[in-house]
Amino acid sequence: MIKQLFTSAVLAGLVAGIFAAALQLILVVPLLIEGETFEQGLVLHFTLSENGAIETPVGHPSIMAQLPRHFGTLAMNMVAYTGFAFLLVVGFGIAQRAGHKIDGRAGLVWGLAGFIAVHLAPSVGLAPELPGTITADLVARQTWWLGTVLATIAGLASIAFLRAPWGAVTGIALFVAPHVLGAPTIDTYYGVAPPELASQFAARALAVAAASWAVLGAAAGWLWCRSA
Amino acid sequence: MKNMTKVTAIQTTAAPHTKVSSDVVAIAFAALMGVGLLFVGGFVQASALHDVAHDQRHAIAFPCH
Repeated sequence: MIKQLFTSAVLAGLVAGIFAAALQLILVVPLLIEGETFEQGLVLHFTLSENGAIETPVGHPSIMAQLPRHFGTLAMNMVAYTGFAFLLVVGFGIAQRAGHKIDGRAGLVWGLAGFIAVHLAPSVGLAPELPGTITADLVARQTWWLGTVLATIAGLASIAFLRAPWGAVTGIALFVAPHVLGAPTIDTYYGVAPPELASQFAARALAVAAASWAVLGAAAGWLWCRSA
Repeated sequence: MKNMTKVTAIQTTAAPHTKVSSDVVAIAFAALMGVGLLFVGGFVQASALHDVAHDQRHAIAFPCH
């Protein structure tokens, strides 16, 4: 099984990491760099323009201006997605030992479940942040994020593998619990960037993560059943 | 003859047992690899690593600063 675990995790992780970085560079990073111009005060939102109108022109900076920076994004996506891949194949290994079949199609479902647990569920409390967003204490957010990811994974596993109706009841309770507890937030808005930019950033970050996890899961599942 | 039968029985039960534990060790090792890589990719605050990972962390929505 060790060969299966490593072949599947490393290859699928690298492919998904490159895919994620490419999509981020096209869809997300230009918004992120534009957000930094507001964070640094290079551009101000909601100031009077020369003709007296309150407006801020759209200006996504080209990603070509800071090329070396994006190699970091590529490398760290490969690291992060390989990390996700290792945890995904841990799930494959446990499921296979319990008698479940893993292939590309099953892997796709596992991948989408990973997206739900790692991105979609935590984003309800902690939305993807444009640079310059002022938020609650870092350790409190990291703790809530990790707890939410773990609870959602446990919830998905309960629904998938425990007998109905208790599996579903336990699963839903686990999904809801972190949100009832509540994410750490602050009671003031500090945003300096236009809301259109921040919302587009958050939506695209989630969409790119969904696509990347789909690739990760399908590739890992496909490699898993071929490296047995 | 009686002893030989006994030995065979022990050998057949011992083999799957080793397979089980080697799978469990492999799974545990893979889990450690995953946690280690995600710690580096998502959480380490060391300045050099944070800067390299900055855009990825925002895009993935790791709570990073």
